Amino acid sequence: MSEVKSIEAVEEDIVEEFELFDDWMDKYQHLIDMGKSLPLIDSQFKNDDYIVKGCQSQVWLKGDYSDGKIHFTCDSDAIITKGMIAVLLRVLNDRTPEEIINAKLEFIDKINLKEHLTPTRANGLVSMLSKIKTYALAFSGNKI
Amino acid sequence: MSEVLHQEKSMIAIEQIRSQFPILSRKVNNQSLVYFDNGATTQKPKSVLDAIQKYYSEINANIHRGVHTLSQEATDAYEHSRKTIADFINAEHAHEIIFTRGTTESINLVASCFGKKFVNAGDEILVTEMEHHSNIVPWQLMCEERGAKLKVIPVDDNGELILSELKNLLTSKTKLLALTHVSNTLGTVNDVKEISSLAHKNGTAVLVDGAQAIAHTEVDVQDLDCDFYCFSGHKMYGPTGIGILYGKEKFLNEFPPYQSGGGMIKEVSFEQTTFTTLPYKFEAGTPNIEGGIVLGAAVEWMKNIGMKNISAHENELLQYAIQQLKTIDGIRIIGEAKHHASAVSFLIGNIHPYDVGVILDKLGIAVRTGHHCNQPLMKHFNIPGTVRASFAVYNTMEEVDKLIAGVKQAKKMLS
Repeated sequence: MSEVKSIEAVEEDIVEEFELFDDWMDKYQHLIDMGKSLPLIDSQFKNDDYIVKGCQSQVWLKGDYSDGKIHFTCDSDAIITKGMIAVLLRVLNDRTPEEIINAKLEFIDKINLKEHLTPTRANGLVSMLSKIKTYALAFSGNKI
Repeated sequence: MSEVLHQEKSMIAIEQIRSQFPILSRKVNNQSLVYFDNGATTQKPKSVLDAIQKYYSEINANIHRGVHTLSQEATDAYEHSRKTIADFINAEHAHEIIFTRGTTESINLVASCFGKKFVNAGDEILVTEMEHHSNIVPWQLMCEERGAKLKVIPVDDNGELILSELKNLLTSKTKLLALTHVSNTLGTVNDVKEISSLAHKNGTAVLVDGAQAIAHTEVDVQDLDCDFYCFSGHKMYGPTGIGILYGKEKFLNEFPPYQSGGGMIKEVSFEQTTFTTLPYKFEAGTPNIEGGIVLGAAVEWMKNIGMKNISAHENELLQYAIQQLKTIDGIRIIGEAKHHASAVSFLIGNIHPYDVGVILDKLGIAVRTGHHCNQPLMKHFNIPGTVRASFAVYNTMEEVDKLIAGVKQAKKMLS
């Protein structure tokens, strides 16, 4: 079984990937394409229990805990938001609660997509990140 | 031929107008800014910026109190502005102009005072389905408090009020009808004069939310014959934090005070306080002096250009934008009322408005996306929101062309 890459290593991969694009259009196209590979939340859970409401776009997020790790499934009604979730989950999905709690996510700044993580965007991503951390905190007490 | 001449004539004037707005020459995301979010707030001309500077550099003092020269000059400027605004909307008296923080506060003031004075259990308040949340929620809260009922005039699929319903909805219990002059999302212009007349025949008072009308069309409150007309300074080339409540004297005199404090009293003792006359009765505490004075400068600026010229130019932009948008396959215009002003809302197929907004921003084009504080209206059209382009006098046909190119680009990337 291949070694699971550390959060930092995955972050570095993503930064390198995005550095390939000089043009913002190519970068956004890549982001949109990444959204297509999102681990989608089962449609039965796309309800008020799992919604993260933004003023602009909505996000649905579900975290399940098994083998000491949290497995997230997700969706959004906006595809750029979906792309951003895919970027974040590539780093944070299938991680231990401790890894998630300690993740700094500074790479978002390096790939110049930080604007999507500001509250003024009201796209649900900031609330989604805090929900991911809440899942991690809740599961950090579990020792299965 | 005459159309071409008119276009050329207005083009020359527009360049001259644009040069008065420093912000319009800045870059956004390395692109020349195209500002189509005027429904949210307009940019400010140099004369308005200068008036802010002049106020603090030359006459800053508290008003209505001091005997010293600065206080006198500041008071004169503030009251002169009130008169300018009264003339601008053809109010009968300057004391019918109350300075507030904005449209929202103006509506809250009326909801609170009108409710206390005139609304009892079982009474009804009418709003329309196209109201901004700020012309729904204050009435909802007041109705809860007074045991009254909120009723709604529906909108048809073109985004026009279904006026045949109004006749059924106006009953002996209807105390007030609150409606927007121009819809912030759809751009629909409501026939306020006709609706006011129908309401008044029923003994119902009328409040008009003029936030989206005041910078785009001539407003004559006596001709409209509404009882209250509310608007915000920042949507009419003026500063934020200042707005106007116009109210007919007969209502304002009967209202209880809204907020209390300095400036609104006649005499205070620990047993009893009596209140001063209009307009000061509703202006407790030190007001936004700078905002009040500078709003007068903004009105002067608009008057110099002429409201008819502003309307005509914006209408050209709007018609051109709608016509060009319709050439794009899959475009859906939300709101196609016969009388339409200042803003156009649209969707590209099933693409989420947020995604379109992000791509347009990358192209330097500022539009509004989302539900525009119109959630009940979005529910009516069964959409999550729209992309809204809203116009001001400084916008150009070339900018509309850039918007259209941007929409095509967004469609290509997001489909």
